[in-house]
Amino acid sequence: MKNYTLVSVFSLWAIGASCAFATTVGFSQVGSESGWRTSFSEAVKAEAKQRGIDLKFADAQQKQENQIKAVRSFIAQGVDAIIIAPVVETGWKPVLKEAKRANIPVVIVDRNIKVDDDSLFLTRIASDFTEEGRKIAQWLMDKTEGNCAIAELQGTVGATAAIDRAAGFNAVIANYSNAKIVRSQTGEFTRAKGKEVMEGFLKAQNGQALCAVWSHNDEMALGAVQAIKEAGFKPGKDILIVSVDGVPDYFKAMADGDVNATVELSPYLGGPAFDAIDAFLKGNKDLPKLISTTGDVFTQETAAAEYEKRRL
Amino acid sequence: MKTSVEMMSSEALIEMPNSQQTSSNTPNDRYQAGKSTSFGRYLWPLLALALLLLANLFIDSSFFHIAYQDDRLYGSLIDILNRSAPVALLAIGMSLVIATGGIDLSVGAVMAIAGAVCANLLLLPDIGLGTVVLAGLVVGLMAGCINGTLVSFLGIQPIVATLLLMVAGRGVAQLINQGQIVTFQHQGFAAIGVGQFLGLPMPIWIVIGMLVLTQLLLRKTALGLFIEAVGCNAKASRYLGINDKSIKLFAYAIAGLCAALAGMISTADIQGSDANNAGLWLELDAILAVVIGGAALTGGRFSLFLSIIGALIIQTLATTIIVSGLPAKFNLLIKAIVILTVLLLQSEKFRRQLSGLFKLRVFKGTKVGDKK
Repeated sequence: MKNYTLVSVFSLWAIGASCAFATTVGFSQVGSESGWRTSFSEAVKAEAKQRGIDLKFADAQQKQENQIKAVRSFIAQGVDAIIIAPVVETGWKPVLKEAKRANIPVVIVDRNIKVDDDSLFLTRIASDFTEEGRKIAQWLMDKTEGNCAIAELQGTVGATAAIDRAAGFNAVIANYSNAKIVRSQTGEFTRAKGKEVMEGFLKAQNGQALCAVWSHNDEMALGAVQAIKEAGFKPGKDILIVSVDGVPDYFKAMADGDVNATVELSPYLGGPAFDAIDAFLKGNKDLPKLISTTGDVFTQETAAAEYEKRRL
Repeated sequence: MKTSVEMMSSEALIEMPNSQQTSSNTPNDRYQAGKSTSFGRYLWPLLALALLLLANLFIDSSFFHIAYQDDRLYGSLIDILNRSAPVALLAIGMSLVIATGGIDLSVGAVMAIAGAVCANLLLLPDIGLGTVVLAGLVVGLMAGCINGTLVSFLGIQPIVATLLLMVAGRGVAQLINQGQIVTFQHQGFAAIGVGQFLGLPMPIWIVIGMLVLTQLLLRKTALGLFIEAVGCNAKASRYLGINDKSIKLFAYAIAGLCAALAGMISTADIQGSDANNAGLWLELDAILAVVIGGAALTGGRFSLFLSIIGALIIQTLATTIIVSGLPAKFNLLIKAIVILTVLLLQSEKFRRQLSGLFKLRVFKGTKVGDKK
């Protein structure tokens, strides 16, 4: 009898403890399609562990139906909050309504969603792609004093990141009459395609100097570096290379002097997301609908130290 | 012994109702397995390639310029040969599979697996280049044998059997790489993709080597004939004493082997294995190359040489688009239009109708002239 009371008291205490201290958060991630995505997932997990948050992680393998299933199961489990890194922009209304009915706040991270009622989610935490393009363009213009023939490696045709980064970059170089994009083609965000397209550019230029390569992500830039080396030029010196993302491999190349600068696309979206959730659970209902986390420009000076920080 | 079977089968094939599909109109130039050197078959793909190259000359006058620097040839034409290597290798294997009446959708995924296996092995200390290459080839061969077994011995439709590995294979590659892009530093292995021999990039030599080996194997033995016989009519060939199941298994195994070689080239090229993107959709380019080369998807007719011309057409087109400076959003549209034109030119029916239309116009023209 005594034993039973002890057990039940203990279990009651345990339940109470878990309710009082550990916030449970469900996190539906796109998948693990790139190095950046992996560091993003790891950063969120590490942040949750540090804060003592019980994180339920669901990998959607790049399918929206998996994400919707995951969110429904989070709602059924009665989590305190849900974080979604959406695969696509549309089709979120029904499942977000279900979460709202269950009074579970939803934070959108990274990519955008399209819903006509923005009370369906708490806030969106993302980097501003246009701002990234503007920042790297400004760095390049300062470095070359506005005299630059640029080859552009675009991302996948139609991708938001590609369109907005290009828009930001072009808006800045429009102010410099001697800066111009002379070659532009898609490298589909991959290293292999970036290399192939750069090879084509170098042949087509036929001796006319290129001042810089502007790549919409680091992978393509790393491919371009190889193509430039094989053509007998020095990447980073003869042809400047600028990009966006800040993956570890790129920092290594930057430390070696092969590439010049990148704007970090911060994978540390977990911190601000948990902050927003905390604020909401404490009763602050008045959060901004977009929290921007646009990273800084990183250059060769700090690259070696940054690479050491990121290689794990 | 071999020759008697050869003669028997080729005679029998002519009588087979199924072989009607691949024969042309007049009985005289009816297609005979292994004996077709008909001029027209080679004319149109080669003409298409020549036209594409000429179009490049207009875009960029230095297109045909080849320089010799750093002990190697350097120029756009060399680039096209070099970049077409993965698709050309896949097309060699795909030709055989298609010739048996099958199709292999898994070659892109097999490329990714072979690349992932090699890249991860290279991370081990003290590993020999030979071991890594051998491991990659064995993986490709195994994948090919799985496909072949499913198709020939278990009787699963080729498109379904190979779709399994197409979907699952990329998952396997991602699993091997643990979702990361695995990069390596290994001069020896990198040479497969970026090295050179006698001034030409290594991938070109690999394609030439594979082409010569396969061609010898097919045409200096009765194997090529058997493959065509199985593709024309598997049941009839079995009655003739050809082991059609083993022949099919052989074709898929070679396709797997070629895919592994292509995977190693593309991995060595960027010195990293990207399981998500390595060989993505290349199976479709390979099938396209084989079709441009005039092979019948129903089986029974193929030419390795023409399949490689097909691969070259696809790559020339890709290079043209890169140097042309057209906006990237038009890429796929241009590709579709050019490929459609090439295929239409190859269609005898279309050519006849086109020339008929032309004659009609001329005829009408003279009529109007007469009235005046």
